[in-house]
Amino acid sequence: MAERTEPDEETMNDAGTEVREIGVPSMGLVLLVGVSGSGKTTFGAAHFRSSQVVSSDFCRGLVSDDPNDQAATPDAFDVLHYIVGTRLRRGLLTVVDATNVQASARASLVRLAKENNVLVDAIVLDVPEAVAVERNARRPDRGFGAHVVARQHKDLKRSLRLLRKEGFRRVHVLRGDEIERVVITPEKPWNDRRELRGPFDIVGDVHGCATELVMLLEKLGYAITRDDAGRAVDAAHPEGRTAVFVGDLVDRGPDTPGVLRLVMGMTAGGAALCVAGNHEAKLVRALKGAKVQVQHGLGESLAQLEAAGPAFTQDARAFMDRLLSHLVLDDGRLVVAHAGLKEAYHGRSSARVRSFALYGDTTGETDEYGLPVRYPWAREYRGKAMVVYGHTPVLEPEWVNNTICLDTGVVFGGRLTALRYPEKEVVQVAALEQYYEPVRPLTPAAGAEEREPTALNIDDVAGTRWHTTEHAGRVKIPEENAAAALEVMSRFAVDPRWLIYLPPTMAPAPTSTLDGFLEHPEQAFAEYAAAGVGEVVCEEKHMGSRAVAVLARDAEAARRRFAVSDGTTGVVYTRTGRAFFSHGHDELVARLTDAVSPLFEELDTDWVALDCELLPWSAKAEGLIKEQYASVGAAALTALPEASAALARAASRGLDVSALAGRVASREANAAAYRAAYGAYVRRTDGLEGVTLAPFQILAAEGRALAATETHRWHLEKIATLTDPLITPTRHRFVDLTSAEQRAEATRWWLDLTAAGGEGMVVKPAAPTKRVQPGLKVRGREYLRIIYGPDYTDSLDVLRNRGLGRKRNLALREHGLGIEALTRFLAGEPLWSVHQMAFAVLALESEPVDPRL
Amino acid sequence: MLLTLTTTHRPATDLGHLLHKHPDRVQELRQSFGTATVFYPEASDERCTVALLVEIDPVRLARSAGRRTPDFSLAKYVNDRSYAASSLLGVALADVFSTARRGRSDARQAVADAPMPLEIRVPVLPCRGGPEIARRVFEPLGWTVTADPIALDDRFPEWGDSRYVSLSLSGDVRLADALNQLHVLLPVLDEAKHYWQSDDEVDKLLRSGEGWLTAHPDRELITRRYLGRSSSLPRVALARLAELDDTTEDALEPPEDEEALQPPARRASLNVQRHEAVLEALRELGARSVIDLGCGPGQFLAKLAAEPSFTKVTGTDVSTRSLQIAARRLHLDTVGDRQAARIDLFQGALTYEDARFAGFDAAVLMEVVEHVDPPRLAALERVVLATARPRAVLVTTPNREYNANYEDLTGMRHPDHRFEWSRAEFESWATRVAGDHGYTVELRGVGDRDPELGTPTQMAVFRRG
Repeated sequence: MAERTEPDEETMNDAGTEVREIGVPSMGLVLLVGVSGSGKTTFGAAHFRSSQVVSSDFCRGLVSDDPNDQAATPDAFDVLHYIVGTRLRRGLLTVVDATNVQASARASLVRLAKENNVLVDAIVLDVPEAVAVERNARRPDRGFGAHVVARQHKDLKRSLRLLRKEGFRRVHVLRGDEIERVVITPEKPWNDRRELRGPFDIVGDVHGCATELVMLLEKLGYAITRDDAGRAVDAAHPEGRTAVFVGDLVDRGPDTPGVLRLVMGMTAGGAALCVAGNHEAKLVRALKGAKVQVQHGLGESLAQLEAAGPAFTQDARAFMDRLLSHLVLDDGRLVVAHAGLKEAYHGRSSARVRSFALYGDTTGETDEYGLPVRYPWAREYRGKAMVVYGHTPVLEPEWVNNTICLDTGVVFGGRLTALRYPEKEVVQVAALEQYYEPVRPLTPAAGAEEREPTALNIDDVAGTRWHTTEHAGRVKIPEENAAAALEVMSRFAVDPRWLIYLPPTMAPAPTSTLDGFLEHPEQAFAEYAAAGVGEVVCEEKHMGSRAVAVLARDAEAARRRFAVSDGTTGVVYTRTGRAFFSHGHDELVARLTDAVSPLFEELDTDWVALDCELLPWSAKAEGLIKEQYASVGAAALTALPEASAALARAASRGLDVSALAGRVASREANAAAYRAAYGAYVRRTDGLEGVTLAPFQILAAEGRALAATETHRWHLEKIATLTDPLITPTRHRFVDLTSAEQRAEATRWWLDLTAAGGEGMVVKPAAPTKRVQPGLKVRGREYLRIIYGPDYTDSLDVLRNRGLGRKRNLALREHGLGIEALTRFLAGEPLWSVHQMAFAVLALESEPVDPRL
Repeated sequence: MLLTLTTTHRPATDLGHLLHKHPDRVQELRQSFGTATVFYPEASDERCTVALLVEIDPVRLARSAGRRTPDFSLAKYVNDRSYAASSLLGVALADVFSTARRGRSDARQAVADAPMPLEIRVPVLPCRGGPEIARRVFEPLGWTVTADPIALDDRFPEWGDSRYVSLSLSGDVRLADALNQLHVLLPVLDEAKHYWQSDDEVDKLLRSGEGWLTAHPDRELITRRYLGRSSSLPRVALARLAELDDTTEDALEPPEDEEALQPPARRASLNVQRHEAVLEALRELGARSVIDLGCGPGQFLAKLAAEPSFTKVTGTDVSTRSLQIAARRLHLDTVGDRQAARIDLFQGALTYEDARFAGFDAAVLMEVVEHVDPPRLAALERVVLATARPRAVLVTTPNREYNANYEDLTGMRHPDHRFEWSRAEFESWATRVAGDHGYTVELRGVGDRDPELGTPTQMAVFRRG
């Protein structure tokens, strides 16, 4: 069954009209049909944008360097079809400028339009043969004679009889001076109602349950209008809300005419919209006299309509016959279709689209109840538009990737469901009784039962991609970074349902030129002051391992909010999403949940995500410390004394090696300082014994992206209320950047901190500020020995020449992606959408920037 | 870093003639990576010692290389190059004593041609594998070897020894041979070359090894380690991610071989048996198109590709490095069009649904499931059995019970294994997932059967019912 269209306009007007108006589909294909020399190219240039017109001559030139090389025609048409197909897939109006006088040439283009589910029109330029021949003769590049035009003309004449049956929506034939007087208007698809912004109340399958429908509309706040017989004939919402029916108004239930009467009244007055359901489609066919099997409640409808009388039945049939397969609403943000609709079909028009919208993505198989098996398209849905549908009765409406099924089987004794849009609020009334026996018991929504653990697709993350974020704009993730992230994510990361955030990298403060220092607080203060930040916080930088903790209050909260139902209640993971301590992780989660439990009350939430440092460094990094840091120390402190001894012996022979001996002695001192530096971050731990966490930010709690909204004063105050010994407090101070005295005090504080073996501090704007670095680290002079090498203090002149641009850029982008991950999670966006953001942070983290920054 | 060389040849000061370095002078020689100083801590007729001390400025060394250098990681900056006798010392040695290395001496040619008593002292020698490796490498060349381990850090005695040894060699060896041996063998023991490899590396190795390397019992080890490994961007990216986690890169790149902790002979035979068992099962199933999920570096793919009855052979792995090796193994860039069209390789992860996994007669999961964290297994089951839905799935995995037969095995067979199943555990898992996804399952053993403990590998054959 084809998507409904207007009847073809009468094209053979007499020549007296001033202007000839032609409508073409705004998203679709237009074929220009006419012999060589009929003026197609001129016509195309006059009425369409040059990018909309694809000509066979142009494509011939592309593949052969000669637009008239007829031998290149097959390849030229391959290219033409590729361009046209791509444009149609992308929903662009496309005009084909080729003779198109042969049925086979047109057929392949019509097929291309149908494959892309768009409409196709033909515009025939029927000029006299002599005119065309004469035009060709005037063009030096057209070498062919009059016989070619004659043959084409014969083809065209034959075509004019056939064209209307070739699948065109409309055929516009232009003759004589009509060609000059034509005005072309793009017509948008009928299903495109994006100008309607709602708010809407979308109502699930009603199936003749008129009483429940009235109850639901009243519950939604609609005022019902009744006729003299007391029948509901219209309803309106005082706040101007619009009801949208997902179809299947009819069959099975006790009062199909009652439902139709009310919905017809509402749509006629503009208070409601309605799309077709498969039951309406079949009922219409039955009413038109087609032979259909009377089952699935069709008999009830026919009998009830019979009783309602022929006039009503006539109206109802006309109403149902006019229903569209789907509607695109609210600027494309909402799509309503009876059985749902995959993204590629939104706003499209074809038999295939209509079939999907009415019957779903059927696989051709049937299940043990004899019902068609449907492909769970929602599980793969990745579109931006919310898709609301019905068709398959489910126990509870449930979100699956921004889609929701509202058929809760009212006719089977379930409930009638409405969804308030944009509020995403579900409103239901229970069935007064079971009117019909279901063939199959109600089940959870298709794809919902296992939607979260496995609903991620490789296409969600692999390859080069661009992400749009609120805080960092558009962010590019290069393919090779995604490849590295995929390896780490899939081999080591925790269950993606818990992975709602990954921490961004942080840039160091601009390089200091102060004698003996590479980094110094003053540069961080100066940068923020210059950016207009009035107050900053200086937080002690714990030397441990970065840890993100996502903790649910209990297993029920984990199930409800994270869709995790295996009894786990949280995770503590590293910067790459890997769980801390394969043995002991569960205990760490349990103890940390206990330690932060005051926050559940305080923030009125049953889960919380924290950004922390896990201490000591050696708890996680002992392998690295031994392999890298201690090894260098061992080598240095063995080699240098032996070199000193050899030099001493040489000196005793009277050789002048004093300068060299001095350098070796200095290196030995540096090596000892280096060994002391890493040693300060080593503490003996045994399992979790001796391990603590230092939370410094509460990333999020139910309904609140705290990392993006709250000041650091708020975060630190909340965290300061945690007194469990598992929690290590974060020393900090606030600095008014206009006060030289406070800046100097903070610098002294930093010097003391680092002199005592501390790593350094992080300076952050006290309140969240967009477009500045979210934090700058200022690392201590001794700590930097384990980053830049024991002797780095002798090479400060070289090291100061370090480029921070890439690192700072990454820090901003990763911060934006991290916040985006949190906000998406909080907005209830599908797992894949949250995961994309966390994955993107990891991908950017694999970017090879100077690792010492 | 320091190296001293002592002779008790009489007169010992002949050493100065052989080396073309006067015992009473201190000579500084610029190297691309720092300064080499040659001086003599002692010089008498009885005993003469030359010291080569190389000062490296790692900051400047690192800056001279671009960001696409092979070891782009923190290790480039905080490293032992300034202290340990690495490949850089080998380079400096060859350069400073180039004439002596060629065995030429205008003044003392006869002395240069003859073995002489030598003592060589390298206070800090990187020596992965410990003192034993140093002995294996130097003793066949006629040296008496003393190699003392160096502790990592006295403050943390529980950490044990570092990867360095203090090395002393003594023996009667021609001086030129000794210098050439050090030039080649220092980087070998170091196992990480830190100067830029060029195309003529092999030629250099052959020149320096003339006369002694071809006869060395461990020449393969030496050649392999000397020529080192190449690298590419994905590895750099991976190294960055390893660093974020405070782990070493090795942790992200586990050994390719299963049963990595077993002796090579046992490892190889089980591997062959496993491949044969899976091939046999595929033949039984009449499978024509096969996807190897988690194909690693492609050993099994090569066997599939060798059998024309498999008309479509596809391998997928999450490791881009493994895929590169597999592509090389299968000669994908040189095989004919027909063969190339039969074989396909791509990066994929078994916890992400992937349309490219679908449409095969059979999927092979050979020693793969045990590398997946148990909480993520449900995702793998879903991706393979519910979404890809091949007609048959073959799963092999270790039988934990059999581990009792492996001597010295504590823990699991491979460092990256997340679990190993007993026969009962495997059966219960296989039965459940078969039921969940509409497959039937048959269990088999692979490898030599122990009457009590079963076979070392267990296999499940799933058929879509």
